[in-house]
Amino acid sequence: MNATMQESLRAATISVLVENESGVLARVIGLFSGRGYNIDSLTVAPVDDDRRRSRITIVATGTEMVIEQIKAQLDRLVPVYRVADLSREGPHLARELALIKVVGAGEKRAEALRLADAFRARVIDATTESFVFELTGATDKLDAFLDLMRPLGLVEISRTGVAAIARGTRTI
Amino acid sequence: MNIVTQQSASGAEILLRALKEQGVEVIFGYPGGAVLPIYDALFQQNAIRHILVRHEQAAVHAAEGYARSTGKTGVVLVTSGPGATNAVTGLVDALMDSIPLVCLTGQVPTHLIGNDAFQEADTTGITRQATKHNYLVKRAEDLARVVHEAFHVAKTGRPGPVLVDLPKDILINPAPYTEAAKGPHRSYRPRIEPDATRIADAVALIKGARRPILYTGGGVINAGPEAAQLLTEFAGLVGAPVTSTLMGLGAFPAANPQFLGMLGMHGTYEANLAMHGCDVMLNLGARFDDRVTGRLNAFAPGSKKIHVDIDPSNINKNVIVDMPIVADARAALRALIDAWKSDPTRQDHAALAHWWQRIESWRRKDSLKYTQSVSPGAVIKPQHAIKRLWEMTRERDTFVTTEVGQHQMWAAQHYRFEKPNRWMTSGGLGTMGYGLPAAVGVQTAYPNALVIDIAGEASILMNIQELGTLAQYRLPVKIFILNNEYMGMVRQWQELLHGGRYSESYSAALPDFVKLAESFHAVGLRAKTIDDLDPVIAEMIATDRPVIADICVDPRENCFPMIPSGAAHNEMILGPEHEDEAAGITDEGLVLV
Repeated sequence: MNATMQESLRAATISVLVENESGVLARVIGLFSGRGYNIDSLTVAPVDDDRRRSRITIVATGTEMVIEQIKAQLDRLVPVYRVADLSREGPHLARELALIKVVGAGEKRAEALRLADAFRARVIDATTESFVFELTGATDKLDAFLDLMRPLGLVEISRTGVAAIARGTRTI
Repeated sequence: MNIVTQQSASGAEILLRALKEQGVEVIFGYPGGAVLPIYDALFQQNAIRHILVRHEQAAVHAAEGYARSTGKTGVVLVTSGPGATNAVTGLVDALMDSIPLVCLTGQVPTHLIGNDAFQEADTTGITRQATKHNYLVKRAEDLARVVHEAFHVAKTGRPGPVLVDLPKDILINPAPYTEAAKGPHRSYRPRIEPDATRIADAVALIKGARRPILYTGGGVINAGPEAAQLLTEFAGLVGAPVTSTLMGLGAFPAANPQFLGMLGMHGTYEANLAMHGCDVMLNLGARFDDRVTGRLNAFAPGSKKIHVDIDPSNINKNVIVDMPIVADARAALRALIDAWKSDPTRQDHAALAHWWQRIESWRRKDSLKYTQSVSPGAVIKPQHAIKRLWEMTRERDTFVTTEVGQHQMWAAQHYRFEKPNRWMTSGGLGTMGYGLPAAVGVQTAYPNALVIDIAGEASILMNIQELGTLAQYRLPVKIFILNNEYMGMVRQWQELLHGGRYSESYSAALPDFVKLAESFHAVGLRAKTIDDLDPVIAEMIATDRPVIADICVDPRENCFPMIPSGAAHNEMILGPEHEDEAAGITDEGLVLV
């Protein structure tokens, strides 16, 4: 094993187009746990009209050698059509959605609302003591918003994980 | 493309029809409640033979032995729950060694799945990581298609075990028949043909090499007998030394002077030092297993590595290579030969001659040397028992299976294979108890051939119940036990690495193997001293029935050479025969680099 390759870790955004059959997600997840790879996030949903194919987006961190292994291991699963490393195959867009519950009153509550406006988070539920914000964006934008909300009464977070797609005309 | 015929056959009948279309001649299995409809359908036909094993693990190993000796896909049939879980070890064994199998498991009826029904297990869940792929058939209309697809997936690309879980209602209810699809699979399309540019680059690299070596593995065997012929042809063109993994033995004739023997942990001195000192390595169908590479950061330092593998995930997994070629070994060898002949570059023959001089000097070390006393009553050395077995069977077309441990390594070192598909051993998983059931599979495929399970007295007990299968089907398998009364490889590691504390490695309370053989309607023979060895081997070969030959060997003998775990190829330990030569460890390999 090459020492320099061992040292530099990178987060790869990998899109996997799979046959939408039972057990396919377990196969993908089992591969990660069985071979000791780390998943940062994983999203999955059908992406065609007759729900025969699903797209899985995985963000995984590893050395270049490990990322290469992850792609090769995914690609040899029988129900996998295509594996694309979006972070290596040209510019791409990556977004996730978060639902964020903030509970509080007074100035903290007002400040939360002001910051939400600045981040273009939508208020999708409100009571006199709480907001639920909906925020879409890159992972670091969501992280930044959540950091700001913590002292302002953040009580609960639900995040989708990353969905990603290549820029321009390229498809996987 | 797919013709659906209107017929009201049961799922079990449709299953058998699909198996027949796939060319299945024999199934290894064990009945149970969930698969009774299949056994009923088997009863009413003659095209497919069923071999009743005594344990489901043995059914899988038997199918492996059948597959490895014939090149066909082995078929297993077991029931739900314990039938399926007992098969898991065999499935992982086949997965690790890339053996094409289709394992049919019974399952509780679809409406009971998930209810903890009697003999229910989540078979597809349990075997997901134990198979190349698996299926649960939930709809009758999927049955035939899934069976055809299972055979396609098992045999193509990197072969492996595929499991089809069959709920009992699917087997009983009517199902339509679908012929095997002719076109490519929707999502699964393994690459077979190599990239022509890479092949040309590989040829250029090998032609420019001063110290080339061919390192071949089980992929050459899996690519079929033609691949083995092409390997011999290509090696002849290159003039390079050839070494093989445990799994690849027989792909290149052992008698060929270019063959250096097996490499790796118990490989020969010349093979490992040639690997360490090479400047260009061509890996054909091997996967840089840790038993082969030793310490990775000292593996073949400074060499350029070309890696031909049908499985892209094997490339750059353990060892970073300079030139990956994803292809079937046969296709790659054919392309390499063509490219070699059309490339006008001349090799550096002087450098090659010098390389061979070095190799010959390592060969003269005779690293597999042992001393057998021939005085009457002398104890039998295990290596000698294998050597005599080989010498006394080499004129025949002999098939050898093994269990796992010292006897396996001695067999790999001292039994010499000239052809592929004659050597069946558990390499990747190292499954004790593999050899006897594997021999059942081989002997079923070749009823008149000499099939020998080289065993240890500990391993053989792990699937000893298969003596019943030998008796039932009159399979004249020869079980050649190197009986040292120890789990020998465990004892060896305890001696070398754990201060001689032989914790739980003594085989106490062993059976009398001669009486054991007799109780299973086989012939029992015993060799206690060197005087008995040849007569026992001769009688064993001449007996047209199953035989256990209990060969009492030196219990203290260790298997050398040995590269300890975490050591490099040039840090090999040689045996007591070489004690006068500075403990056998040498930096000679390093000097080359």
